[in-house]
Amino acid sequence: MEFAQTINIIAGLILAPLLSGVINRVKALFAGRTGQPLLQPYFDVWKLLRKGAVYSSTTTWVFKAGPVVGLASALAALCLVPAGGAGGFFSFEGDIFLLAGLLALMRFFTVSAALDTGSAFEGMGASREVQFSALAEPALLLGLAAAARKTGSVSLAGILGALPQMNPADAAPVFALISVAVYLVFLCENARIPVDDPNTHLELTMIHEVMVLDHSGPDFAFITYGAALKMWVLGSLLAGLAAPLRTGFLWADVAAAAAVVFGLAAVTGVVESTMARLKMVRVPHLLMGALVLSAVAYMIMLR
Amino acid sequence: MPVFIEMLMIVLILLDVVLLGVSRLGAFVRAVAVQGVVLGALTLVANSGNLTLRIAALAAVSMAVKGFLFPVMLERAMRGAGVRREIEPFVSFVTSMAACIVMLGVSLFLGWRLPLPDGGAGMPLVVPAAILTMLTGLFILVTRKKAVTQVVGYLTFENGIYAFGVVAVGEVNAIIEFGVLLDVFVAVFAMGIAIYQINREFDHIDTDHLSMLKG
Repeated sequence: MEFAQTINIIAGLILAPLLSGVINRVKALFAGRTGQPLLQPYFDVWKLLRKGAVYSSTTTWVFKAGPVVGLASALAALCLVPAGGAGGFFSFEGDIFLLAGLLALMRFFTVSAALDTGSAFEGMGASREVQFSALAEPALLLGLAAAARKTGSVSLAGILGALPQMNPADAAPVFALISVAVYLVFLCENARIPVDDPNTHLELTMIHEVMVLDHSGPDFAFITYGAALKMWVLGSLLAGLAAPLRTGFLWADVAAAAAVVFGLAAVTGVVESTMARLKMVRVPHLLMGALVLSAVAYMIMLR
Repeated sequence: MPVFIEMLMIVLILLDVVLLGVSRLGAFVRAVAVQGVVLGALTLVANSGNLTLRIAALAAVSMAVKGFLFPVMLERAMRGAGVRREIEPFVSFVTSMAACIVMLGVSLFLGWRLPLPDGGAGMPLVVPAAILTMLTGLFILVTRKKAVTQVVGYLTFENGIYAFGVVAVGEVNAIIEFGVLLDVFVAVFAMGIAIYQINREFDHIDTDHLSMLKG
């Protein structure tokens, strides 16, 4: 079992950047382009790691700490999330809160580093990021709380482990609602299209990208890789909630969970190709929808 | 069949959320139409044990009227009146959806207090979903400005009563449901004409301005 968990983490470390590669290829397919190579995210990280970093003289240690703490939080979060029957590397009662806390810590340091530069645009991005996450985080936590209540366990391993044994007719409505809510959070947290456009290059409309404009070289590589890990973490969580596939063989389960995560990336690519970005004022509206879905999932269990 | 009834009830709850959260008038009208179709399906599922011709006819008529006839009539009235496509609420959409959570809590509380007389086993969501739909209808009536949204609020309210009746009381009241359906049909028909006439007289269908007529 220990071995399977280690493999889970190694798979996450290796495969995480491939997710955005898959999304980009699906988008290219829809647009009729050849698209960038599937492994482009790896090339980008490798290229950035070989460069030197430039630091503005107005920045302090907070600016340098941002990417490091961000990557560290993402790595810690990766150790918590179970995939395909194998529990997380660390697992204890209440680790759903630690997962949300680690994501919040990552965001806090990204935002602090953005504010530390003193750039007006980065301040705007930071403000938006915090505003949207104030709605996304309750949606995620309330959704996990609903799942915890349904399965009677407050650990990620307990929730995702109990799910396959449940009566589908009984569990399906609640977990369908939670899955949709968590998917909306997934889109928001990973700066994907209805909330934020990862390809945009206009500071006025950017959210996540604008906060990291001043980072360069290895720091930016950390941020890119940390963002990929975050997508993998939320993707694995969502895969466990939405498609609890169990074959009885540990290896097949782990492979199936990874396949579902990549399926999720493909779906995200389709969403990005078929939808336009929402107006900035409409985004809280979407996240409120996610919050309501989580709340409905929680409340319909109150008997 | 309780499982399927529960699932339809969750769909009903989600459509209430959509009705409160959607900003386009077209999508708003379509949401209430889908709600009508779901209620038609509910009629069939709730009576699947003893499916009589009367029940099947009720389901078919209710689906056709609520799912097809009403939206077409409302769309025509809107096109005739040249209504702007945005809903202009007194209460913002985000607040409306937050209010929806509160209303769901109230409905669940009332649902505990008001259990179904019999056959309610395994279907704890029927009463809350029906009450939530009624409350949503009332909320739309008081917080949305346009005459079209008033009609939709009224329809949502009726949907709630229908959902309650069809599951809780069963087939006894099928003839009453036909009567209610006819009433609603006439009401929507009359309101469709009224919207057009209000628009011709005042150049808009903002009911907020009608209060100025009191002098």
